[in-house]
Amino acid sequence: MSLPFYSATDDPGPSFAALLSKESLQPRYEVDSPYDAASIMHGTTVVAARFADGVIIAGDRRATSGHLISHRTMEKVFQADRWSGVAISGAAGPAIEMVKLFQLQLEHYEKVEGHSLSLEGKANQLSQMLRAHLPAAMQGMVVVPIFAGFDLRRGYGRLFAYDVTGGRYEEEDYVASGSGSLHARTVIRLGHRADISRDECVDLLLKALFTAADEDSATGGPDSMRGIYPIISTISAEGYVEVPESEVADRFAAIIAEFAGRA
Amino acid sequence: MNMPFYVAPEQVMKDRADYAQKGIARGRSLVALEFAGGLLLVAENPSRNLRKISEIYDRIAFGGVGKYNEYDQLRIAGVRHADMKGYTYSRDDVDSQALANQYAQMLGQIFTHEMKPLEVEILVVAVGYCETGNRLFHIRYDGSVTDEQGFAALGGDAESIRERLAAIDRAPLDLGSALQGAVAALAGPERTLAADQLEVAVLDRLEEGRCFRRLTLDEISGLL
Repeated sequence: MSLPFYSATDDPGPSFAALLSKESLQPRYEVDSPYDAASIMHGTTVVAARFADGVIIAGDRRATSGHLISHRTMEKVFQADRWSGVAISGAAGPAIEMVKLFQLQLEHYEKVEGHSLSLEGKANQLSQMLRAHLPAAMQGMVVVPIFAGFDLRRGYGRLFAYDVTGGRYEEEDYVASGSGSLHARTVIRLGHRADISRDECVDLLLKALFTAADEDSATGGPDSMRGIYPIISTISAEGYVEVPESEVADRFAAIIAEFAGRA
Repeated sequence: MNMPFYVAPEQVMKDRADYAQKGIARGRSLVALEFAGGLLLVAENPSRNLRKISEIYDRIAFGGVGKYNEYDQLRIAGVRHADMKGYTYSRDDVDSQALANQYAQMLGQIFTHEMKPLEVEILVVAVGYCETGNRLFHIRYDGSVTDEQGFAALGGDAESIRERLAAIDRAPLDLGSALQGAVAALAGPERTLAADQLEVAVLDRLEEGRCFRRLTLDEISGLL
């Protein structure tokens, strides 16, 4: 790999995506012939909500190909940088590639420029990546992420929902994406308050994912037999912190006991 | 027909080298030093914004002295090289030696083929996973590379700084004594350097992922 040394007029600037396209390394997904969409792995149901100190983002672990479960331990929630996270639903391959590029885009900008993008800038970057992906989305490789982060300049957590065209919609309290999002969103709507604490909010999101898994075949529930649990992370002034798996397991045990008590 | 004056190749190279050295000697110096927790980089730099020391990748940092726009262009090229390599292969495959070689090729090429050599000296350092795993590559304006052991000094006054650094006891240093030693070496016997004249960063060996960290003015004052 040679040293990418550009003249001042030809410089791609701090954008990693612009650098990749100069070096012809950017991923392309458009296909010329029809294909079976069920042959592509899909991930679903990711949620995020505001809490008193920031935002919490979570996602289940199931990936499906058509009606088959193709992967039980897929990760859909990723740290984007120190103060933000991204969660994805949709075609798994392009979605994970998009996250990888997004993480690099933020890190590359930070290193080249010497400081991080604003949270708004990060959200817009993701929007542009989705817009670039639109031709592939129209062929069935839909990717719909959610973006959550702590805005250091404003001092509070912010949430962003997207659509396939790159439309970016800031949400006040909570967002959800993927096939189980309808059920998950209802659970969050009923339990959410502006001043909800971290523990309450973690429980609420886990309940939302539990309900989504109960109603939607493409969403995976907690799997205590194999020890597979949703991934959930808090993002506050302290940065991105993943909730330990043992804590998630304990909380699910309590949630299941509560639901069983009602039945 | 006009015949250009003949100039011996030795003379051409010597003139270019003199030109580059003069440019480098005008700027202030930079040192890198191993300590128990990793690698310490210290530059004499009154500016808070025009950096001499920067992050390249997880365990790799860059230091440059001389003409700012020239070493900054090299720095950005290094970040691009590392990020593209990490993207194409994996984060573990980005290594300092390949980057140092690329820099050497680039500087060597510019030195021989361009009108003007780059008036810079750069340092590519990588912190190892164990105390003996650190690597320090010192690359000069003409593309010559030195694999330095334990410490490195760049800039006009590098020779005497190197002698002062060599005199520091090489037993594993804590961060505070490493910084004090590095600053004393930079300053020399006649001067003292205050915290606000220094740019300091470390590559923390025990950190996971991105190991590069700048020290704040308060941290520097505290350690001095």
